Amino acid sequence: MEGAVCAPPLSHTDQIVMGHGAGGRMGHQLIQKAFLPAFQNPALSAGDDAARVNPGSNGQLSISTDAHVVWPLFFPGGDIGRLAVCGTVNDVAMLGARPLYLTAGFILEEGLPMETLQRVVVSMQSAAMEAGVQIVAGDTKVVQKGKADGLYITTAGVGLVRSGLTIGGAQAREGDVIILSGSIGDHGIAVLAARGELGFQSSLKSDVAPLNHLVARMLDTSRNIHVLRDPTRGGLATTLNEIAVQSNLGIVLNEEAIPVHPEVNAACEMLGFDPLYIANEGKLVAVVAREDAGRILEAMHGTRYGEEAVIVGEVTSETRGRVLLKTAIGSTRVVDMLAGEMLPRIC
Amino acid sequence: MKYVTEYRDAALVKGVIEEIRRTVTRTWTIMEICGGQTHAIVRHGIDQLLPKEIELVHGPGCPVCVTPLELIDKALAIAARPEVIFCSYGDMLRVPGSARDLFSIKAQGGDVRVVYSPLDAVNLAQANPDKQVVFFAIGFETTAPPNVMSVLQAQRLGLKNYSILVSHVCVPPAIQAILSSPANRVQGFLLAGHVCAVMGYWEYPSLSEKFRVPMAVTGFEPLDIVQGILTTVRLLEDGRVEVANAYPRAVTLEGNRPAQAAISKVFMACDRKWRGIGTIPMSGWCLRPAFDEFNAEKRFEVESITADESPLCIAGQILQGLKKPHDCTAFGKECTTEHPLGATMVSSEGACAAYYRYGRVEMNQSMQS
Repeated sequence: MEGAVCAPPLSHTDQIVMGHGAGGRMGHQLIQKAFLPAFQNPALSAGDDAARVNPGSNGQLSISTDAHVVWPLFFPGGDIGRLAVCGTVNDVAMLGARPLYLTAGFILEEGLPMETLQRVVVSMQSAAMEAGVQIVAGDTKVVQKGKADGLYITTAGVGLVRSGLTIGGAQAREGDVIILSGSIGDHGIAVLAARGELGFQSSLKSDVAPLNHLVARMLDTSRNIHVLRDPTRGGLATTLNEIAVQSNLGIVLNEEAIPVHPEVNAACEMLGFDPLYIANEGKLVAVVAREDAGRILEAMHGTRYGEEAVIVGEVTSETRGRVLLKTAIGSTRVVDMLAGEMLPRIC
Repeated sequence: MKYVTEYRDAALVKGVIEEIRRTVTRTWTIMEICGGQTHAIVRHGIDQLLPKEIELVHGPGCPVCVTPLELIDKALAIAARPEVIFCSYGDMLRVPGSARDLFSIKAQGGDVRVVYSPLDAVNLAQANPDKQVVFFAIGFETTAPPNVMSVLQAQRLGLKNYSILVSHVCVPPAIQAILSSPANRVQGFLLAGHVCAVMGYWEYPSLSEKFRVPMAVTGFEPLDIVQGILTTVRLLEDGRVEVANAYPRAVTLEGNRPAQAAISKVFMACDRKWRGIGTIPMSGWCLRPAFDEFNAEKRFEVESITADESPLCIAGQILQGLKKPHDCTAFGKECTTEHPLGATMVSSEGACAAYYRYGRVEMNQSMQS
């Protein structure tokens, strides 16, 4: 070997560190090493937001589950309850499914004010009504003071996949265009600002929202939607990297086309973050056939959560497995997946 | 966003790059001293747009990268103590010490917290009188004012449970060390705009004259950076040895005098070890003896901890501009941003991290094949 080699790394394979939960590459490695070998099956291995299973002759089900540990419990634009419902509704919907039923598990810390729990439950019911789903089963556990941080919620959801659809990360095709349903980074920065630790105030609101009605409108418009995904932890950059790897194709983004609110940009400038890596909870990315893109965009623009939808890039057969970004000044760079931890406990 | 978007205007940036192309007649090697500028250059792909005659090399101006191993070991020893709340800028958590990093300490129950300002750490000290709050005060001249203000604030509040672990380094001695090296290839410098906003640029003309190297105070937006490059190229082409200010909207010759006064009240010059480079005489700051009670090294008796760098890592040569990240055989293979082998890969301002994150891996591989 020519040249010098650096000192051995700290790989954090012997214990869990916060980076394992940040939604980036460390999380992927954890799944690969700790979970997949034990649970290996085709639905899980597909690596999508939800699992597509075929229990019988009456069509396919989309099943997903999500755990929520956000702090603070209430933040501008939402709270842990709305997040818990929308997170699972959206994951189920991203296979082209109509979410029907949710379950919810509550881990409550001793001493949690009853009023706090009630506010969260009311918020969950309101989000479930908006999404048109029912919360049909639940569980409650209480742990000693100090063993949890107020309240954690896990939700699971099930929905019916529209017949004939095979939407998934591996379905992107060369020449497809990439549609983003709106501005990025609002949730992550709103939650961070709500902690009051940043020394600045913001009027920014989390975008947390159920996207199943938006998905339904899109599916009513076109059968040529190949991938749907909500870019939550790890942000748009990580989601697109996942799609590039799953489909073994390249993605080229146009930096100027990606909508970012000025407040998100300003916060990112101050804190040294890139909006491409900040979490969203009410946005989706769609990879669609070019010829249908105009119609799909038009349909999205007629919905509450798709008004600002834009085309932000395209799928190519070059630079397979990577995401490239054309910068505003005309150069090109690679956009990598989020590595480890960036923002703590945002969902 | 005012004062940002104007400086990212593609047409203006391209215009300045055209002007650089018209001006340049031969090859020039220019170093941007600051890690923030390295990242801006790679993030916006500015180096791809420059004429091939201009080579940018990346300097040692990443505070996380140059913080020496033994200081990180001291930080780890302090952070592991049960009575301590250890506060740090986020990047430092991933820098490996001899055996562990701050993430590991945190995972094992150490109270390690990411703060955005040392004054947050002072607030924590006030709110937790039964705890010892320690701030990891790393950085160049830019972060010195808030760090010394935290000490003055703690003194004013009469806090007995606040201290700082100081690893402050300064730009002029680093430039002197780079230019004194027989292997030096740097012909012009982009000076770090934020450092100069605090310190002014009165320290640099003597260096510029001594080594016959022009310098331009440079900002951080794409337009600022190409303006700094154009200014430096013009000086080089004209054979003028000067320090020019290409960032006048933020920097004056004398700098921020009250900030400088606060720094010299609390800090004094001292020798500093630079990770990967070694000791540079009088290249940093430490607390004056009058502020011993705020000195974490003394309070926790970790002064005796020492550590030696791996002789194999080329971070030192990268930090001096002698090598580029892809000259390292481990770059992008064993060494990635998730598994950094050296500090230049760890920090978001590190040159290796900039190259890796913005996709210089393939370019390296395709150049080799």
